[in-house]
Amino acid sequence: MSRIGVFICHCGENIGATVDCARVAEEASRIPGVSHSIDYKYMCSDPGQNMIKEAIREKGLTGVVVGACSPRMHEPTFRRACAEAGLNPYLCEMANLREHCSWVHEKSEATTRKAFDLVKIMVEKVKRNQPLLPIKVPVTKTALVIGGGIAGIQAGLDIANAGHKVIMVEREPSIGGHMSQLSETFPTLDCSQCILTPRMVEVAQHPNITLYTYSELEGIEGFIGNFKAKIRKKARCVDEKLCTGCGMCTQKCPTKKIPSEFNTGLGLRSAIYVPFPQAVPNKPVIDKDHCTFFQKGKCKVCEKVCPAKAIRYDQEDEIIEVDVGAVVLATGFDVLGTDFFPEYGYGRYRDVINGLQFERLASASGPTIGVIQRPSDGKVPETVVFVSCAGSRDPAKGIEYCSKICCMYTAKHAMLYKHKVHEGNAYVFYMDIRAGGKMYDEFVRRAIEEDDVKYVRGRVSRIYEEDGKLVVKGVDTLLDHEPLEIRADMVVLATAGVANSGAEELAQKLHVSYDQYRFFAEAHPKLRPVETNTAGIFLAGACQSPRDIPETVSQASGAASKVAGLFSQDELTREPLIAVVNRTAPPLYSTCTGCGLCVPACPYQAIDMEEIRFRDGSVVKSAARVNPGLCQGCGTCVALCRVKAIDLQGYSNEQVYAELMAL
Amino acid sequence: MTRIGYYPGCSLLGTAREYDESLRAILPRLGVELVDVPDWNCCGASSAHMLNHELSLSLPARILSNAEKGGITDMLVPCAACYNRFVMTIHELNEDRALRDRVADITGLDYRGTVRPLNILEFLATRTEAIKAKAALPFEHKVACYYGCLLVRPPQVMKFDRCEDPRTMDDLMTAVGADPVDWAFKVECCGAGLSITRPVMIGRLSGKIVVNAVKSGAEAIIVACPLCHANLDMRRSMINRMAGKNHAIPVLYITQAVGLAMGLKKRELGLHRHLVKVRFPEREGAHHGGPAVVLEAHVPEAGAETKEV
Repeated sequence: MSRIGVFICHCGENIGATVDCARVAEEASRIPGVSHSIDYKYMCSDPGQNMIKEAIREKGLTGVVVGACSPRMHEPTFRRACAEAGLNPYLCEMANLREHCSWVHEKSEATTRKAFDLVKIMVEKVKRNQPLLPIKVPVTKTALVIGGGIAGIQAGLDIANAGHKVIMVEREPSIGGHMSQLSETFPTLDCSQCILTPRMVEVAQHPNITLYTYSELEGIEGFIGNFKAKIRKKARCVDEKLCTGCGMCTQKCPTKKIPSEFNTGLGLRSAIYVPFPQAVPNKPVIDKDHCTFFQKGKCKVCEKVCPAKAIRYDQEDEIIEVDVGAVVLATGFDVLGTDFFPEYGYGRYRDVINGLQFERLASASGPTIGVIQRPSDGKVPETVVFVSCAGSRDPAKGIEYCSKICCMYTAKHAMLYKHKVHEGNAYVFYMDIRAGGKMYDEFVRRAIEEDDVKYVRGRVSRIYEEDGKLVVKGVDTLLDHEPLEIRADMVVLATAGVANSGAEELAQKLHVSYDQYRFFAEAHPKLRPVETNTAGIFLAGACQSPRDIPETVSQASGAASKVAGLFSQDELTREPLIAVVNRTAPPLYSTCTGCGLCVPACPYQAIDMEEIRFRDGSVVKSAARVNPGLCQGCGTCVALCRVKAIDLQGYSNEQVYAELMAL
Repeated sequence: MTRIGYYPGCSLLGTAREYDESLRAILPRLGVELVDVPDWNCCGASSAHMLNHELSLSLPARILSNAEKGGITDMLVPCAACYNRFVMTIHELNEDRALRDRVADITGLDYRGTVRPLNILEFLATRTEAIKAKAALPFEHKVACYYGCLLVRPPQVMKFDRCEDPRTMDDLMTAVGADPVDWAFKVECCGAGLSITRPVMIGRLSGKIVVNAVKSGAEAIIVACPLCHANLDMRRSMINRMAGKNHAIPVLYITQAVGLAMGLKKRELGLHRHLVKVRFPEREGAHHGGPAVVLEAHVPEAGAETKEV
């Protein structure tokens, strides 16, 4: 006879304000088989857990049902409490009274009745639960870091320095990411390249790090501690082992007028190119779409001039298979185009540029060697207007969220401009100045007070060209509320930060959830910010939402410490909620008929056939066998099995039927 | 012949007669016949929606109900102000059931929401191929397509074209052989609502539009709204006085420009009714579409009392 304990949690007011918890507990006590039933304000707290433990000891409970929040939230908590009191943790189940009931319904009689029903079906399930033992699996102590920007670099170095192997994959020809494109960084104005490039070199030289640039993740399978990843190493058409990075090929390449991605279209590059002089690795790539040889079949100049004979036109993409135990996603962000803001004239007027382009103009390694020259005619602009929130915080036409980094980098841009063009006028149109952070507000004040940047609180309605000037029409909402027109020589739009291209496909490959803006979703916004909902996959940097360098770096270190924590164990315990093929006594041995339908149906290739033998070695029959290390407990095989020989531990057919029959 | 509902509103019977005339002149060539909405009334634009919310919804709702009774499903509304009122009314009545019942009480008519108002641009845009086929005399002029505010705003409700940089009229004008200029004031405010009360402001606001069109090299401004036309054409003397210039760039309704391309006579299209004479610079003298400031003696001057009606 079952002795089930029922514990109803109020979750403060989350459940208690909508559901009559005392009555649910009272009515649950009358379900046959329930020998203990109480309610309490916070069941997950220490006193709450103690109530469960004491009840198990005193009343000898054979099963526990906690009516509280989602099992995603606290199932491990309550199962651990049960285990501490000597009850097998898999005899504890949760009825989700919060997400499935109180949060989605109004306070009413029916809501309380539904809460009771949820408890009742769990009681019927628990009566049929079997004690289970967790599965032990080994851990591959190698981390896959996807993305070689500052987030990936920091995470990769931290993991490698903790003594674990790291495989870093970067889709561009060089690591460095957006940070390598920046001029100076706020709030200290130290040079971005100066602080970044040493770390890039460290990555390349670290004995624990294997770097694959110009490569992308092709696919991934497996689970925490035991992933199998396929990396597509795109053909560079250059033998990296032979290439010395001398640069002869890029100098002699006849096709030189290709807009450089690294210089955001403000500079030019050749068809065989290294994105920037400090690139890591310093090995060129042939851009097949622009290469004369690949387009017209003639040229081969680079092959002729290469002293190391490293050019390989026939090189093909290579697929590399690696075993890894954890994945860190650090794929970064992109800046939004302004197609939906035609009134700002981006793309129509050459002197309307975005923030990243201004970084290149201000950078000592940029196309103008750090001189602020406008793109159209190379003149030093006398008046520059900076427009913040060009797309952010605009639910009508842009994106709803705040891109977070723009207030600071706009202040920095205006400041850099004033430092380089002392007589120039810098205007900033803004909605609010969001400068939370160490030394951030002081930085903005410095731009306004010391560098005489004119901040105008108001939005820009239109930018158009008239008589060789860019007329910026806006409004000053603090001074007179008057419409304002500024005749500028250059306009810099702080366009919104958005998820990188390909983020959605990558998330789907990895089974990681993402939000409506295609940013990767963390497991919990406050308490698990660097983890995803998929165990063993972690997040770092702006792939999660726009963020600045300090925040990116601290998060990357956070993700690295999570990986190091995971790798500190030799074995992982996995939930034993997997499929099993039944075994019966002789003469049947198993009801499995060996039809083999389940083998191709399994999405994880976890099933194969085994032969059941007599003691003398002769074969009785052949039956399906589930590899407990690979099985993910999806249940596809259970649904398919014609003789019901496969069942899911913890979610057996019998248990699920009992749940339904309880209603 | 396609039969389609027609709501002219007050403008097209009064100050914008030439809009109505030119529309009726080109329609037979597009195989369209107009059916007036029975017993129509004022749409309430420019005053009702400022003064009384329920009245501003009841007036258009009554017209829509009458159109429904008359078996109309698509209703052409050439005036942008009327069109705006219809779309706003339909939006509000769809959003709020109680309001819909209240309005039905006021009008005493059943409103089912089956009528779709069409503005002149979307109406013509769906017939671009037919217009192209009939354009015997390509309208080879540089034009500034001026949309005004009412067709595109508020964007969440109007859902017409790109709010800040619409293309529909430019595409239509290209189809009849014109060369639309890239200019900045396509949807700028002309000051419409203040035309009577603060004409000086019109002089300033509409003046900017005319100046930018001229600077962009346009030889004509094309409009799709009687209020835009009134401010750019009828108020030209005020505009010129404030600008200290004699801008003579003509303002044509889209229907007139299409009509000219179809080879219709100026008089059929009501071009003689404009205060700013419809004249284009000589081809040779067009010098790359320079400013259309005419410095000759008898440009329509201040007051323009000499309206040829």
